[in-house]
Amino acid sequence: MGQAAIELIGINKSFGAVHANRDINLEIPRGTIHGIVGENGAGKSTLMSILYGFYQADSGEIRVNGKPAAIKTSNDAIAAGIGMVHQHFMLVENFTVLENIILGAEGEALLKTSIAKARSELQRLEREYGLEVDPDAIIEELPVGIQQRVEILKALYRGAEILILDEPTGVLTPAEADHLFRILKQLKEQGKTVVLITHKLREIMAITDNVSVMRQGTMVATRETKKTTVEELAELMVGRRVLLRVEKGAANTGAVKLAVSNLTVRDQRGVTMVDDVSFEVRAGEIVGIAGVAGNGQSELIEAISGIRRAVSGSVLLDGKPIDVTGTADPGELRDRGLAHVPEDRHHVGLVLAFEENENSILGYHDDERYRKGLLLDIDAIRNDAKSKIEGYDIRPPDCRLKTANFSGGNQQKIVLAREMEQDPGVLIVGQPTRGVDVGAIEFIHKRLIAMRDQGKAVLLISVELDEIRSLSDRILVMFAGRIVGERGPEASEGELGLLMAGVEQREAAE
Amino acid sequence: MDIFNIIIQTLDSTLRLSVPLLLACLAGLYSERSGIFDIGLEGKMLVGAFAGAAAASVFHSAFIGLGMAILISISFAMIHGFASITHRGNQIVSGVAINFIAAGSTVILGQAWFQQGGRTPALAEGERFSPITLPGADAVKDIPVLGHLYSELLSGHSLIAYIAFAMVPITWWVLYRTRFGLRLRAVGENPAAVDTAGISVTWLRYRALLCTGVLTGLAGAYLSMTQNGGFVKDMTAGKGYIALAALIFAKWKPVNAMFACLLFGFLDALAIRLQGTPLPIIGKVPVQFMQALPYILTVVLLAGFIGKAIPPRAGGVPYVKER
Repeated sequence: MGQAAIELIGINKSFGAVHANRDINLEIPRGTIHGIVGENGAGKSTLMSILYGFYQADSGEIRVNGKPAAIKTSNDAIAAGIGMVHQHFMLVENFTVLENIILGAEGEALLKTSIAKARSELQRLEREYGLEVDPDAIIEELPVGIQQRVEILKALYRGAEILILDEPTGVLTPAEADHLFRILKQLKEQGKTVVLITHKLREIMAITDNVSVMRQGTMVATRETKKTTVEELAELMVGRRVLLRVEKGAANTGAVKLAVSNLTVRDQRGVTMVDDVSFEVRAGEIVGIAGVAGNGQSELIEAISGIRRAVSGSVLLDGKPIDVTGTADPGELRDRGLAHVPEDRHHVGLVLAFEENENSILGYHDDERYRKGLLLDIDAIRNDAKSKIEGYDIRPPDCRLKTANFSGGNQQKIVLAREMEQDPGVLIVGQPTRGVDVGAIEFIHKRLIAMRDQGKAVLLISVELDEIRSLSDRILVMFAGRIVGERGPEASEGELGLLMAGVEQREAAE
Repeated sequence: MDIFNIIIQTLDSTLRLSVPLLLACLAGLYSERSGIFDIGLEGKMLVGAFAGAAAASVFHSAFIGLGMAILISISFAMIHGFASITHRGNQIVSGVAINFIAAGSTVILGQAWFQQGGRTPALAEGERFSPITLPGADAVKDIPVLGHLYSELLSGHSLIAYIAFAMVPITWWVLYRTRFGLRLRAVGENPAAVDTAGISVTWLRYRALLCTGVLTGLAGAYLSMTQNGGFVKDMTAGKGYIALAALIFAKWKPVNAMFACLLFGFLDALAIRLQGTPLPIIGKVPVQFMQALPYILTVVLLAGFIGKAIPPRAGGVPYVKER
């Protein structure tokens, strides 16, 4: 104890004109869980990539266990006992768990003996850390939580003493995240050092011993977790005071805008994902749907917004039916005043290779305002994009920039601006703040409340229970495709958690 | 001639015709499994065929010819690698360029060196690969059915043909039983996973292209030094593309690849056999139609009969570290 597992001294790294890491000094004591927080683009991932040999620092020194280490490639990092669990898993999806684990650490030219060795080693690691995985399962058939476990096993199999996790909970359900934290605590008890990169402050408070804050490429502070608060960390990250709790008045509800009755949806495998669901959303209220990911929320909003066909049931928008089992399509629904912010902005919400202004009208490109006869009115589109950039504080303020070059939070703002500025009567929002910085979360939450106060009906889906609780006027809990309960915003986290886990339902059935 | 003999002869020519397809198809398999699309199989076969025939006729040795075929084919594979791996160029463009260079340069060099209108001199005995009689083939020749099958169908092919069919289990073994194979399959699916595991993506892909070069060299040598007694302009005649179709048809798996190539070989053999022979009911079928049949079937098969063929996920995309 006491000795530093990792010391970073004066690390600098630039990508072209961007100074991603500026004179970084950091000391991580052995056998601790060390959090590194910062907004997207603060340089956390770059710093860790340098430590893992993925990039090389322009200047500075890395010491591992007190000894200077020349980490030029990932191989050097692995040899120094550093393992990394990347934000986007570095797994070969159609390989088995075992094949993924031995990749790059096969030992000899033929696989037979190395597979046998890995199999027994894997059993030992499973026993030691409670990391249960079927070694012969195919990666793509495993839930993300298990895939992540494979990544951790991969690092441990290579003898990692220091484990870096980059945004590990971004893709996990709350239950999976809890499980991960138990694993991390166990690793710490076994004397491993864990570095946790995240922008979720609650996680930092819950699990780390120390926390370092990065802002705009510099290391602004390191604190002992016990002696700091979420508010202080948020302020250090953003550089100004941040409101973590949304302030809102009482809801002023009006007529029913969206009425869903007996909706049933199956996924492509034919499994019933939404099972006879009925609810209403009125003007001037936010209805939140809570639930562990994969319990039918995604399919529900896809069916309502016309992306996925429902099997049966009906949906009324402003009292008029949407043909959800037949011909409903998103274009028609947009015209009728239903806007949809999809859960997955990268695959559904945006074309990343397009310029910002093109994305800012995507789906509304047939609208009179953006058209000049058969052609697009480029000037009108760009002016429109510029006003949205201003109104939503999208950074950098450049409507000609490729969308992929914006940070996650700003990409999300592009989608939100596009959908909200159409002045829809009903807004369906999926995971509005997934992968979004603290500062931007505050902004997005305020906007959603403003929509509500303008008398819009908002249907919100989020795996962040905090978000559901702080924004919603009514909370519906989904479990296994059904709505298992409705609660007010004052419902406790524990109560909702039990509903989300389907506990209440089972008791009622008995 | 009895029906049994007709069948044996058709199958025999099926084997002969599928050899270059099979070699090219396996060549493509190594490259595409590593994530490098290779539309230049055709061109590499062609330069291999030319280099083989030219060297064999100059040095009077089939084996020197074969060595040269492989060497030149490898060097073209490395050009493809240099463009698409090192410089992250577009793999389709690079492949097409290789096909054009091959088609043009073989004719120009052939004319400059041998003055026979782009052909190479006819290869004499010893400068080409002659049929190998398998042990005991003569002895069992008169045993009905089995003896016939052995002596007529399995025996009497050239060295390269036997190598081609041996490459099927060897490729399977390399792919699924060796470290190199595991990494090869991985790099075509997710090069970032390979990179973070501490393996060089670049070196791995170059090695895959090396395998491709060897196999297209063999395919080319087979065309000009076994099937034909010398090089003829454009003698690959689209076989490289058919091999690519077979590769998709086979879903990038070696044993499937063999069956796919045998099927295309069989169609070719059938087309040759049925030329000018009136068919029952339909009557006489134009030669051109029979010749087009393998290509028509390629389109039909690829359009709907093979189910979903999922290519290696990283195929065609140059690997760049930064995301």
